[in-house]
Amino acid sequence: MKKWQCVVCGWIYDEAEGWPEDGIEPGTAWEDVPDDFVCPDCGVGKEDFEMIEIG
Amino acid sequence: MSSREAPIVIIGTGLSGYTLAREIRKHDKDTPVLMITADDGHSYSKPMLSTGFTKDKTADELAQSDAAAMTEQLGIELRTLTHVTGIDPDAHEVLIGDERLPYSRLVLAWGADVIRLNLAGDGLDHVYSINDLMDYRTFRKAVDGAQKIAIMGAGLIGCEFANDLRNGGYEVEVVAPCETAMPGLLPPVAGDAVINGLREEGVSFHLGAAVERVDAAGDGVRLHLDNGQTLEADRVISAVGLRPRTGMAQEAGLDVGRGIRVNRLLETSHPDIYALGDCAEVDGHVLLYVLPLMSCARALAKTLTGQPTEVAYGVMPVMVKTPCCPTAVYPPPADSDGEWHVEQNGNSVKALFRAPDEQLLGFAVTGDYAIEKQALAKEVPPIHG
Repeated sequence: MKKWQCVVCGWIYDEAEGWPEDGIEPGTAWEDVPDDFVCPDCGVGKEDFEMIEIG
Repeated sequence: MSSREAPIVIIGTGLSGYTLAREIRKHDKDTPVLMITADDGHSYSKPMLSTGFTKDKTADELAQSDAAAMTEQLGIELRTLTHVTGIDPDAHEVLIGDERLPYSRLVLAWGADVIRLNLAGDGLDHVYSINDLMDYRTFRKAVDGAQKIAIMGAGLIGCEFANDLRNGGYEVEVVAPCETAMPGLLPPVAGDAVINGLREEGVSFHLGAAVERVDAAGDGVRLHLDNGQTLEADRVISAVGLRPRTGMAQEAGLDVGRGIRVNRLLETSHPDIYALGDCAEVDGHVLLYVLPLMSCARALAKTLTGQPTEVAYGVMPVMVKTPCCPTAVYPPPADSDGEWHVEQNGNSVKALFRAPDEQLLGFAVTGDYAIEKQALAKEVPPIHG
């Protein structure tokens, strides 16, 4: 399981935890997160901005 | 050298400049790109300057890459700590003192200036504005050992800094002439929710008052307000707004309004000169936020690499980074016909601006309602329909 960070605002997506608020189950790999996902903190889109792998 | 062999020159290495360069390289690896910046060329994301104390990040930790790394990553030339002194549009040249640099296309991405109040007093050395990473570095140093910070301004940045500094353990007092938070962005009921949220975190507010004078007092300052009150603080932040940088564009004869005027192709009034980001007025819109500049960077990169592309602004809610009262807002277009409909539960506010035909035109959500921002964003019409 990896963590990904939004390069605009620093929000972290942890694959282990998913993002249940938007219906993304724990354990969802970043590549399986829907394309219309937007950063909960700053609103940039998945395709608009690369998340960087932080571990 | 003919102007077509000259590089694309981008002035500014903030989020706009670097995002544009990155987008250009997705389409074209070869066209020479020269970037010029007055600062040290570190790549960083400006929104992170508002959460630096909460996350306890130094300026170096917020910097994602330095100038050398960016040069290599993007395959560009980069001149740091370099002040452009003028533009000669007819000659297609940028002026740096006596030096003239030719460009094929020129992009102005040099951002906005902080508005500085005209204050009296002998304590102005302790007043800081934080508009870029170098400012942030200076400010971090200045508050080392400080306890109490006064913030002038209750706009987006004033509120975000108030929350961030409070989270960082400082005492925070906000002084602002408005009656609630972010009056230019939020309906008052939502602004009040943010104020209440911040007060519950321990932030003090002096609203309806302006600072007139900042005097030195010990290692800190004494602020004199126009309502006769005085306040003591160790350091002061001025967060009273930004103004797009237009001076040099105007001197070069470009059409300038509130920002450097560009159309949806990001073209200024002169051929081969473009603008985006905080310095630009795009099709009448001056939006000093991240999402608009990302849209502009993507469109302009295509235009500059041979596929003329108009920017299309979608629905771009502004997220206010006040974790004590999370807030998202999509203001209705100016002069819209309609009214606000409000649901409220404590600091949780859902304010919906509906047209007479019930169409949702804008919204502001705070607290527990903030998570509805994405669902609401699907209901409002985009700026460019």
